[in-house]
Amino acid sequence: MGNIKIGLEVHSQLTNLNSKLFCSCPTDYRGKEANSYICTVCMGIPGTLPVLNKKAVEDAILIALSLNSKISDKMYFFRKNYFYPDMPKNFQISQYDKAGGITLATGGYVSIPNKKVRIRRIQIEEDPARITYEGTIYKSKSSLVDYNRAGIALLEIVTEPDMESPKEARIFLQKLSSILEHLDVCHSYLEGSMRCDANISMEGGKRVEIKNISSFKEVERALNFEMTRQRNLLIKGISTKMETRHWDEIRRVTISLRIKEEEEEYRYFPEPDLVPTIITKEWVETIKDKMPELPDAHKERLIKKYELSPQNADVLVNYKLLGDFFEKCAEIYYKPGAISNWLVGDLLGYLHEKGIQLQEMKISPVHITKMLKMVDNGIISGKIAKTVLEEMIISGKMPEIIVKEKGLIRIHSDELIEQLTNKVFEENKEAVNDALEDEKAMHYLIGQVMKLTKGRADPELTNKVVRDKLIEHKKLLEKKN
Amino acid sequence: MKKIFEYSAFQIVEKIRNGELSSLEYINALFDRIKEVDSKIHAYLTVAKDMALDEAKEIDEKANKGEHLGSLCGVGMAIKDNICTESIRTTCSSKSLSNFTPSYDATVIERIRKEDAIILGKTNMDEFAMGSSTEYSFFGPTINPYNDERVAGGSSGGSAAAVAISEATASLGSDTGGSVRCPASFCGVIGLKPTYGLVSRYGLIAYANSLEQISPIVKDVRDLAILLNCIAGHDERDSTSLKVVKDDYTRFIGNDIKGLKIGVPKELFGHGTNKHVLKRVWDAIHVLEDLGASYTEISLDSLEYALASYYIIANSEASSNLARYDGLRYGFRSDEVNDWSDTFSKNRREGFGQEVKRRIILGTFALSAGYYNKYYLKAQKVRTLIKKDFDKAFKKFDILASPTMPILPFKLGEKLKNPLEMYMCDLDTVPANLIGAPAISVPCGSYDGLPIGIQFIAQPFKEGSLIQVSYKLEESLQD
Repeated sequence: MGNIKIGLEVHSQLTNLNSKLFCSCPTDYRGKEANSYICTVCMGIPGTLPVLNKKAVEDAILIALSLNSKISDKMYFFRKNYFYPDMPKNFQISQYDKAGGITLATGGYVSIPNKKVRIRRIQIEEDPARITYEGTIYKSKSSLVDYNRAGIALLEIVTEPDMESPKEARIFLQKLSSILEHLDVCHSYLEGSMRCDANISMEGGKRVEIKNISSFKEVERALNFEMTRQRNLLIKGISTKMETRHWDEIRRVTISLRIKEEEEEYRYFPEPDLVPTIITKEWVETIKDKMPELPDAHKERLIKKYELSPQNADVLVNYKLLGDFFEKCAEIYYKPGAISNWLVGDLLGYLHEKGIQLQEMKISPVHITKMLKMVDNGIISGKIAKTVLEEMIISGKMPEIIVKEKGLIRIHSDELIEQLTNKVFEENKEAVNDALEDEKAMHYLIGQVMKLTKGRADPELTNKVVRDKLIEHKKLLEKKN
Repeated sequence: MKKIFEYSAFQIVEKIRNGELSSLEYINALFDRIKEVDSKIHAYLTVAKDMALDEAKEIDEKANKGEHLGSLCGVGMAIKDNICTESIRTTCSSKSLSNFTPSYDATVIERIRKEDAIILGKTNMDEFAMGSSTEYSFFGPTINPYNDERVAGGSSGGSAAAVAISEATASLGSDTGGSVRCPASFCGVIGLKPTYGLVSRYGLIAYANSLEQISPIVKDVRDLAILLNCIAGHDERDSTSLKVVKDDYTRFIGNDIKGLKIGVPKELFGHGTNKHVLKRVWDAIHVLEDLGASYTEISLDSLEYALASYYIIANSEASSNLARYDGLRYGFRSDEVNDWSDTFSKNRREGFGQEVKRRIILGTFALSAGYYNKYYLKAQKVRTLIKKDFDKAFKKFDILASPTMPILPFKLGEKLKNPLEMYMCDLDTVPANLIGAPAISVPCGSYDGLPIGIQFIAQPFKEGSLIQVSYKLEESLQD
C-alpha cells in the first residue's frame, strides 16, 4: 500500500458570539423558526452594507494564537462570487490568500500523538444559508432555504496534507475541537457548527477532494471509503483523477461532483464595502492575555493535581464539559480517582449508549458526589450505584431519593440475612451438600441470597453468614455420622 | 419676481422660519409645477405627494407653535431612485427592481428628514446609474429642460432636471464617475461629488462601491453648503465612511480668493473638447483670475489611462453587486420555468437592460481567473498612479479646473448606437472618483441656449475650497 496524504479544511462557526459576522442578528438560530433570524444586511437587501463584528475577529485571533499561527498585521475581506440559492447576495464575503489578499493568519500546527499537523492558513468568512429538501435531494420538488444561518461568523482552518490515515484525521479533529472548546469560542456539539472538507491522495494517484462532510465521525468514514475506492483503482492500474467528490451520508459512498483541471472560477476581488482590518501587536497582546488553559496543559494538570491515569485525563480533556464537571465533583468530595472512573467509564458509556449529549444530562456534580458517598458509607453497593447513576441521568433525581423510592438500601441486618440464608439452604439441599466440597457451589448459595434481596444484601456479611452456616451444617453432619 | 417654487433652499428656510411662507403652500406649488412640466421633462418616476403634504402641515404646525425648525425646514427635495426611501418605491430605473419598496431609509434620508426636509419623490436615472444621459432608464429618458431634443445628462438626469426646472428646490443624486456633475452641467445647475467617505453610502444601491458618493444638486452655492452640512459625517453603518471632524461649509461662502492657485490640467482639455465649451471654461478661469486667483497649465500624464481604469473597476464591482438581483427574494420575477437555474436566468435576462448586461459581462470578464491581473489589478495600479499625480499637483495648487463635460448636451439617441462614445463623455469627471477627491460642476455660461459647466477638483476634504471658489464665480457671473 502506498503512502496516504490527507489534508482537511475545517469550517467552524464562532458559536459564542452574540451577533452575526456583519450585522446585529442573533446567533442562537438553532431550533428557531426558519427565516426569523434575518435582517436587511444579512439578506443583502439593496443599499445595505456589512459592518465587521470586532468580537468575531478577536475570537478568531484567539484561535489562531492557540494553533501557533502567525497573525497578519493587516487583513482583507474578498468577495467570492458564485450563484447559489444559499447566498442572499450571490457572493460570499470571505478572505483570499492570492491576488494581493491577506487572510487572518498563516502557519501554525496542532500536536497529536507522534506528530504535528501543520496549519496552512486561517480565514474568516460568512456562513451561507441552510438548504433543506423535502425528503431526499433527488426526490424533492423544491429546495427550502433557511437564511437564519446566513451571515454567521465562520472560521476556515486549512491544514497541510500531514495526516496519514483516516484515523489520524479523526484524532486531529478531536484535538482541534477540544482546543476550540477550551477557548470557549466554538461548541462543536451544536449541530452543524463544525463541518469539514477533506482531501486525500495516495501514492500514484491524484488529489481528491471530498465535500459535504457533516461531522467528525463521518470524516473518518468518508476517508475510509475513499481510501478503499482509490486503492482498488490503483491495484487495477487505474490512476485516480483530480476531482471533487460528494459524501453521501446515507448511502455511505462518495460520488463524483466535478473533475477539475484548474482552480474554480470565483472571481475573487477585494470587498469594496469593507476597509482593511489593522491588527496591532497591542490588540493581539490583550487577546493573548485572555488565553485560557489549553488541552495539553489541562491534561498535565489533571494528572499532576489529581493523580489521574493518562487515559482518564485524555477523555476528560477531549470532553471538556466532563473535565469541568469532574473538577467540580472533586471539589465537593475529594475522591478524584473514583470520580474519574465513574465519569469516564459508566457515565460516558451510558450517555453514548443512549445517544445523550453531555450538556443534556440532568445531573449536577452533587448528584455524583452524594452517590459516591453512599457507596463509600456502605449504604449502596457499587453495582446498585450503577443503576442509581443511570436513573439520575435520565430523571435528575437525587440518589437518596432514588434509593428510597426503589428500596435499594443495603441490608446490614444479621437476622434478616440469616433468615434468608436458612431459606436458601432449605430450598437447595443438594447445593448445600456440594458446597461442603466445592467452592463454586458456595458462591451459588451466596448468589441466591443476593438474588432474594435484589443485590441489596451486604456481600461481606452474606459471605460470612453462608460460610458460618456451612460450617455449622458440616458439624451437624459429622455428629450424625 | 420669483415664483414660490423658484426660490433657493436657503430662502425657503428663511421664509418658513420667519413665518413669511407656509410650508404647505410652497409644497403644493411644487406639486403643481411637477404636474405642469413633468410630462415633458420626465424627471420623476414616483411622487410621494400625500406623505409630503402631511409633512408640510407638520412643519407649519411646528412653525406656529414656535418649535425648533431644522436647517432644511420645508425644503422640497427630489431623490435619485437608487437611494432607499422607506415605503417609497426605489427602482434604480430597472425592471428588476420595478416593484421594490425599501423597508428603511438611507442614512442621508434620515439626516435630511431630521433637518425637516420634505421628500417630493424619486427621480429618473440611467438603470443602476450606468450611463451618462438617463436614456438607459427602463421608464424612458429624462429630457433636457433647456432643449427638448437633448438629453439631461446622467446618470442623475432626473435629479438635475428637476432642480433646473424648479420641480424641486434641491435634490440628491449619486456620482460614480460623473453621474451628478454631468447632468448638473447639462442642466445648468450645481452638482458636487463629495470626498469618498464623507457622506454615508448606507442605503445607496451600489453600482461601483469604491467610486461612488451620494451627491447634492442645487440651484446655488449657498444651498450646497447647507445641504452638505446636513448629509456629511461619519456613519457607523458604512465602514468606508470616515471619522472626520465636521466642518461648517457655510463659513466658506463669500471668502475672497486672492492668491488662490488654480492648476489647469491639459489632459482635461483634450482634442475632442467642444470649442464653445472651451471658451466658456477659459472665460470663467479668467474671471477668477480677475478676482485675484492665478492659474498655471499643467500636465498629469497618468490621466491618459483614467477612463480605462475607471470602466474596468466600475464594471468589475458592478458585476458582483448586481448578482443579487435574481428575483427570488424581492424584485421582478418572471414566470417560473423548470428549475432554480432557469428561473433565475430568466429573471435576470428580462429584468436587466442592454447596457447593464453589457457592463456585467465586461466586469465578469475582467475579474475572471487569468484576466484578473491583466485588468482589475492593473486598473487598481493605474488608480494609484493617478492619485500620486494628483497629490503632486495639490502640493502646488489649491484647486484644479477643467470643463465638466467635453461636449454640449447631445441629442436624444445620438450616442446610443456607440457605447464607447458614451463612455468617452466621462473623460473629465472620472479622475475625481478614482482618487476619491471632491469635485464640483458650476454653470459658467451657455452656447445656443445649452448650459455649460466648469469643474473644480480639490484635495480630499477640501469641499470648503470648492464652495469658496464656486460662490465667487457664481457671484461674478450673476452681476
